[in-house]
Amino acid sequence: MKSAVILFPGTNRERDMAAALKCATGAEPKIVWHGETTLPDVDLIVLPGGFSFGDYLRSGAIAARSPVMPDVVKRAGEGTLVLGVCNGFQTLCEVGLLPGILMRNTSLKFVCREVKLEVVNTQTPFTRAYRPRQVIRCPVAHADGCYFADDETLDRLENEGRVVFRYAENTNPNGSRRDIAGILNERGNVLGMMPHPEDLTDVAHGGLDGLPLFESLAAGLMEKAA
Amino acid sequence: MKARIFVTLKDGVLDPQGLAIQGALAALGFSGVESVRQGKVFEIELADSRDAETRLRAMCEKLLANTVIENYRVEVLGS
Repeated sequence: MKSAVILFPGTNRERDMAAALKCATGAEPKIVWHGETTLPDVDLIVLPGGFSFGDYLRSGAIAARSPVMPDVVKRAGEGTLVLGVCNGFQTLCEVGLLPGILMRNTSLKFVCREVKLEVVNTQTPFTRAYRPRQVIRCPVAHADGCYFADDETLDRLENEGRVVFRYAENTNPNGSRRDIAGILNERGNVLGMMPHPEDLTDVAHGGLDGLPLFESLAAGLMEKAA
Repeated sequence: MKARIFVTLKDGVLDPQGLAIQGALAALGFSGVESVRQGKVFEIELADSRDAETRLRAMCEKLLANTVIENYRVEVLGS
């Protein structure tokens, strides 16, 4: 499986993401600078966490207008898998690949802790290795993670099975509407999520709850190639 | 020429920062503050005034505001 991790100025989670991808797929992802206008030929594009452009204007807003993004949007339209974690999720919302927006946490605090996530939809290329309604541990670290969209959009996301992860057991850390932690686009090939599954992919991390997400991707793409 | 752009939250969008500021104003003894909504102001200088309003509105639509949650208002100030 070939993957690319996009690096913006201020991105800081690309190494953890690369390590998780390497662990699940056996292949090193390509790290692609945001100033490139053409991505390499890959099966998966990842926008990792961090603070691109210092979170200036709005989190992810300036990254979303980077030279590389038109090609990300184009590839997403062609069906390439796209994963955005944390700042990557914010950027995917800002560029319009996902609906809604991530706003300042209702507590106004930067939240760095572990939460519980319910895997709401396991019929996606990102979550097939989880059990339906499985509750997993996952770390979060963000100040702007409060998911907001209008009621009509939220209803549609829920009815179409596009809410993939929900904060469970009263661990919503940011005030997200309807406890939404991760959503899919309409086609089902773009996932954005605030928690960091790459942070629980090695026994040295203290858990492996994030690993099935990467294994889902690796297995699906190997099937496709076979 | 100069222009000013105001970006404000739409009605119904939760503004925890505005609420915190409202609380701080109350703590300072400013009574009767019924609501505070925080927004942004951009002061922009353009090289020429050709189609200024149209260009400024395009800047808002493409970058300065996220119209999912924000409204914007353009004020052309002249040179």
